[in-house]
Amino acid sequence: MATFKDFRNNVKPNWCPGCGDFSVQAAIQRASANVGLEPEQLAVISGIGCSGRISGYIQSYGFHGIHGRSLPIAQGVKMANRDLTVIASGGDGDGFAIGMGHTIHAMKRNIDITYIVMDNQIYGLTKGQTSPTSAEGFTTKSTPSGSVESPLSIMEMALATGCGFVAQGFSTDLKDLVSLIEQGINHKGFSFINVFSPCVTFNKVNTYDWFKEHLVNLNEIVGYDTSNRGMAMQTIIEHNGLVKGLIYKDDKKKSYQEAAHGYSDKPLTGTDLKLPEEKFNELVAEFM
Amino acid sequence: MKGGIWMRDQLSWKVGGQQGEGIDSTGEIFAIAMNRLGYYLYGYRHFSSRIKGGHTNNKIRVSTNEVRSVSDDLDILIAFDQETIDLNSHELHDNGIIIADSKFKPEKADETGASLYVVPFTEIAADLGTSLMKNMVAIGATTGALGLDVNQFEEVVKEIFGRKGEKVVEKNMEAIRQGAAYFKKESGGQIENLKLNEADGRRRMFMIGNDAIALGALSAGVRFMPAYPITPASEIMEYLIKKLPDFGGTVIQTEDEIAAATMAIGSNYAGVRALTASAGPGLSLMMESIGLSGITETPLVIVDTQRGGPSTGLPTKQEQSDLMAVIYGTHGDIPKIVMAPSTVEEAFYDTIQAFNLAEEYQCPVILLSDLQLSLGKQTVEPLDYNKIEIRRGKLDLQQEIPARGDKSYFKRYEVTEDGISPRVIPGMVNGIHHVTGVEHDETGKPSESPSNRQSQMDKRLRKLSNLKFDTPVHKKAPHEEADLLIIGYVSTRGGIEEAIPRLENEGLKVNHAQIRLIHPFPSEELRPLVESARKVAIVEHNGTGQLANLVKMNVGHAEKIHHILKYNGNPFLPKEIHNKCKELF
Ligand SMILES: Cc1ncc(C[n+]2csc(CCOP(=O)(O)OP(=O)(O)O)c2C)c(N)n1
Ligand code: SF4
Ligand SMILES: [Mg+2]
Repeated sequence: MATFKDFRNNVKPNWCPGCGDFSVQAAIQRASANVGLEPEQLAVISGIGCSGRISGYIQSYGFHGIHGRSLPIAQGVKMANRDLTVIASGGDGDGFAIGMGHTIHAMKRNIDITYIVMDNQIYGLTKGQTSPTSAEGFTTKSTPSGSVESPLSIMEMALATGCGFVAQGFSTDLKDLVSLIEQGINHKGFSFINVFSPCVTFNKVNTYDWFKEHLVNLNEIVGYDTSNRGMAMQTIIEHNGLVKGLIYKDDKKKSYQEAAHGYSDKPLTGTDLKLPEEKFNELVAEFM
Repeated sequence: MKGGIWMRDQLSWKVGGQQGEGIDSTGEIFAIAMNRLGYYLYGYRHFSSRIKGGHTNNKIRVSTNEVRSVSDDLDILIAFDQETIDLNSHELHDNGIIIADSKFKPEKADETGASLYVVPFTEIAADLGTSLMKNMVAIGATTGALGLDVNQFEEVVKEIFGRKGEKVVEKNMEAIRQGAAYFKKESGGQIENLKLNEADGRRRMFMIGNDAIALGALSAGVRFMPAYPITPASEIMEYLIKKLPDFGGTVIQTEDEIAAATMAIGSNYAGVRALTASAGPGLSLMMESIGLSGITETPLVIVDTQRGGPSTGLPTKQEQSDLMAVIYGTHGDIPKIVMAPSTVEEAFYDTIQAFNLAEEYQCPVILLSDLQLSLGKQTVEPLDYNKIEIRRGKLDLQQEIPARGDKSYFKRYEVTEDGISPRVIPGMVNGIHHVTGVEHDETGKPSESPSNRQSQMDKRLRKLSNLKFDTPVHKKAPHEEADLLIIGYVSTRGGIEEAIPRLENEGLKVNHAQIRLIHPFPSEELRPLVESARKVAIVEHNGTGQLANLVKMNVGHAEKIHHILKYNGNPFLPKEIHNKCKELF
């Protein structure tokens, strides 16, 4: 059985020292081993950004695509081979700006993949512009006098889409993060894990200390029920989205694969491409 | 007669009325029945983007020989409203007839020499129980005019209405009978000059180009289609929605075309042939994905059913103006194949080839159709199972990849002589590697080193230098020295083929080349034909002569190349091509 070390490769990440993304990488490696995967059974599909580099830092199949499109690529992979474990990942700009349409629809569609966003409230790779999750008043290169737009409440949005697994983690809490990713992988359907992953270079506001001070651990809220969507919504609103832990989980919802009419329960990669002759002749006869 | 050749072995029929009134099904039932009798058909629908209301018509050509073009003129016009008469009478020749519903008190349009027969379509249908059957009465009147035995329609009517019970079948047959009888009485017997020669009675397929593309995809082993609806591509998706579940596959209607193209890339990367199809607006959105397929060497097949551009343009009209966009439209240099089937049969076989080429050369392949080919419904000889061939190039799913001991990646982008690298898919033991749209080394790790960049670029760009492609140019070139070479692509083939005998009758020696491989451009195939012709006419549906410019760029001889362009939304008629070519001499 593979251990987390088998998911380490020999590539040295080019992230800045201290970047939150290191922990996300480690958490994915540990969770993959913990759920019993072998490296070749995992495909990590990523977008473009500092965070997007992650697919190259894990010993598994990896696809580093184009900005904002990790989700459709990942869904295509999963539809082709339902036996693979597919993780899509990227940044807050990747998933909530350019790729937002895909994010909402992937949640709605509910294909059984796990989506991990490294949310640093900034565009790291392009050297520090405002992001969809940047706070109002946040000054960046692109908002020198402070952002006049209000940030998206990603967790409220995820709940509104009907997403069946919504969680939020913090990159220093490795143990908790590993557990969330394991649960996400094991969930039958689309699982979404937003991870606060500080950018130490361009975001001097949302720092590790800032998150430690502001994040509320859902485990510590007495009576919090992860199957209660109304409670989840209310709690998020109360804490302005600054919560960590499993927020909402719907175990009854059927995944796309389970629901799709006729869709094979075996990987489509095993299909014999050539149609049987009688089948073909039947199809031809329908046009005669 | 107002031009056009009047032949008893072919006939042109049109039904028109308001959109949403069953005009399509009238044409469809008539056409299916004629197909059954062994006639060759060519049906072209004129429709607007509105779903209900607005003039619509369905023009069907019936012939004892193969036809692939809209006809120059019209023999029979079935009119459900005055607008149909006003808008379409100019197509009728003097021996033609209009059969119109008495309901709207039809009047002949001023300019027509054709005769008008008034038949109470709606009234007869209503007397039989429902005015919805007025289309069957109209078909009956047509059989009366053509002297066809109405009983020959019984089988088709049974097939279409059988599910609704015997009574409905009988009612519809009765509507046909009464329509025929009424017309015969009204016209004083059969109109002798409309009598069609008997067909051979053989059964053939009757389908639109999109059906052929969809069936081709299924036959190529496609099991997944992510797509976003658009005219005139949607029928491909609709067919596969019906059929894929029988084969374990599925269609996903995506949120947009970027998702469609990238999802298809994901599926192809994982080893399952996936198709997506769109038209100009969707293709524009897919451009970045096409580049991703190119640099990651992931097979990708996209069908582009061209329609009137730019922007939303003429969404339901014929055009061929995406040529430059699909050849050059992505940033950076990538290997890419652009194919252009010119008949429905070719659309079927080419779709299969597109998937083979995409896997053999590990690059994007764009299959260009156009609205006329995609939606024109025509008779096709039964497709041949034995001609279906599946080739996956350097992808070997059975291979055992040797372990490497260390954690080095599989060399997915190994620099090889032919530029094509070994391919594995996720899930394979010891096949782990990285794929990225960033420039990368042989294992897929990002690399910006100039020497690596050079070798990876060269590797990708030489992949197509030995492209093996069956019949890149469809040639009909009987003359060693020709007065005229006509060049076209996609659906103009039918019109060109009809114009040529007329030009030859007038003493010109004419060769024909229909280009089936657009990119890489088959310059060497085409050059001798261009060089041996006094003049070259390039027939295409766009305003700037995109194909002509491509020929000039690749083959030269701009001095003898003439543009024959049409971009008003309607397909070329044979006589237009004939006349424009004649003007060159
Ligand atoms: C279509 C396109 N537009 C713009 C870019 C430039 N770009 C690359 S990454 C990025 C944003 C990165 O921010 P985020 O997704 O939050 O990732 P981070 O670097 O913060 O991890 C942008 C705008 C691009 N690569 N592609
Ligand atoms: S710029 Fe920010 S997000 Fe990018 S690697 Fe550095 S710390 Fe991480
Ligand atoms: Mg970011």
